[in-house]
Amino acid sequence: MGCTAEQVTRAVIEAAGVVAEHRSELIELDRAIGDADHGENLNRGFVAIVEALAQASPQTPGAVLKIAATTLISKVGGAAGPLYGTAFLRAATKLGDRSEVDVEALVEVLRAALEGVQARGKAVEGDATMVDALLPAVAAAEVAAKGGADVAGVLAAAAEAADKGAESTVDLVARKGRASYLGERAIGHLDPGARSTALLLHAFAEAAQ
Amino acid sequence: MTVGLVLVSHSAKLAEGLAALAAQMAPDVRIVAAGGLPDGGIGTDYDEVVAAVQRADSGAGVVLLYDLGSAQMTAELAVETLSDPDSATVVDAPFVEGTVAAAVAAQGGANRSAVAHAAAAAGAPPELDAPADLDGESVVELTLKNDVGLHARPAALLARLVAGLDAEVTIALREHTAKANSVLALMSLGARQGDRIEVRATGEQAAEALNKVKELVESDFEVT
Repeated sequence: MGCTAEQVTRAVIEAAGVVAEHRSELIELDRAIGDADHGENLNRGFVAIVEALAQASPQTPGAVLKIAATTLISKVGGAAGPLYGTAFLRAATKLGDRSEVDVEALVEVLRAALEGVQARGKAVEGDATMVDALLPAVAAAEVAAKGGADVAGVLAAAAEAADKGAESTVDLVARKGRASYLGERAIGHLDPGARSTALLLHAFAEAAQ
Repeated sequence: MTVGLVLVSHSAKLAEGLAALAAQMAPDVRIVAAGGLPDGGIGTDYDEVVAAVQRADSGAGVVLLYDLGSAQMTAELAVETLSDPDSATVVDAPFVEGTVAAAVAAQGGANRSAVAHAAAAAGAPPELDAPADLDGESVVELTLKNDVGLHARPAALLARLVAGLDAEVTIALREHTAKANSVLALMSLGARQGDRIEVRATGEQAAEALNKVKELVESDFEVT
């Protein structure tokens, strides 16, 4: 049994709520090493997504993610817009017009999102970016899926691994984005993009329960 | 119909200023600035970049140049989501030099890959070679009488002139030689008013090239 368009819509709305809740936290994380706009931008994007979903009421999971993608690209700006936009866009493309997301499709979608983010931002593991959250999340999702976990279980495993991955950015020198200008001074700071990636995966996992 | 250019910048002023600069040297090229956010702030805007690509495309395709950081991502994403992603190229090049080189190449009728190449090559130091003596070359010596010598506009006029001819043309000043089809190489010769330059040409239209260059220089670059 997989997730329908309605369930995916609910998960995205759940994510919007989590982003709103953590808006200030993301702003503060970004203030330390960037330009303090990550929480504001991402929140603006997700508020717009909720509006767009309400207007369009998309009929497939892929269509839901496509709306999320195009809205993020248009509304978020900076690096986060193209990066999250690409992640959702690749995920939507991977789903095509299938009517449900099962475990197998979910793992493929997460992998496609990761590959999209890496292609767009050219970051690798250890650069202190959202890749450091997403990469272990995808690996954990694959392991959980092989172990027979359901959609909620796979997402929970991904979220947990993303947390650990995000935390690992504290000890890293940022090598991409504005934080890379800080060099060693970026050490000791949690990357806001890695943090928001983990938050989104938690929201999806929560919605799948 | 020439290749169009889109300048993706975090700043509207930067993109507009650069578009104006490049347009001086490439009056027939569609150069569209896509800088800043809709509210006037600093940043890059995906929707504006997509619209700019559409405006810049007159049928020969578009080359996009960007300033830094996320401007590259916005540009690449915009191209990927075009109805025909193969009609546009995002090029990694120094923003100012690359735009000028691309504009001059486009003005000379170069295709999209040649325009992109001209932009990318602008990142390397211009090729200034020691003068060479080649068989079958025609040579003419000319004195620059115009006020600014081989500065931006005259250099662009010269590069455009030779781009349309089947000839390999070089300009030498003292110990340096520049390919005449490269506006940046010409400018880096630093040829000023009163300098005597040596023009060499080989190829099918070598003689015609020399005549035309002579005409251009002797008209103080007023010929259009």
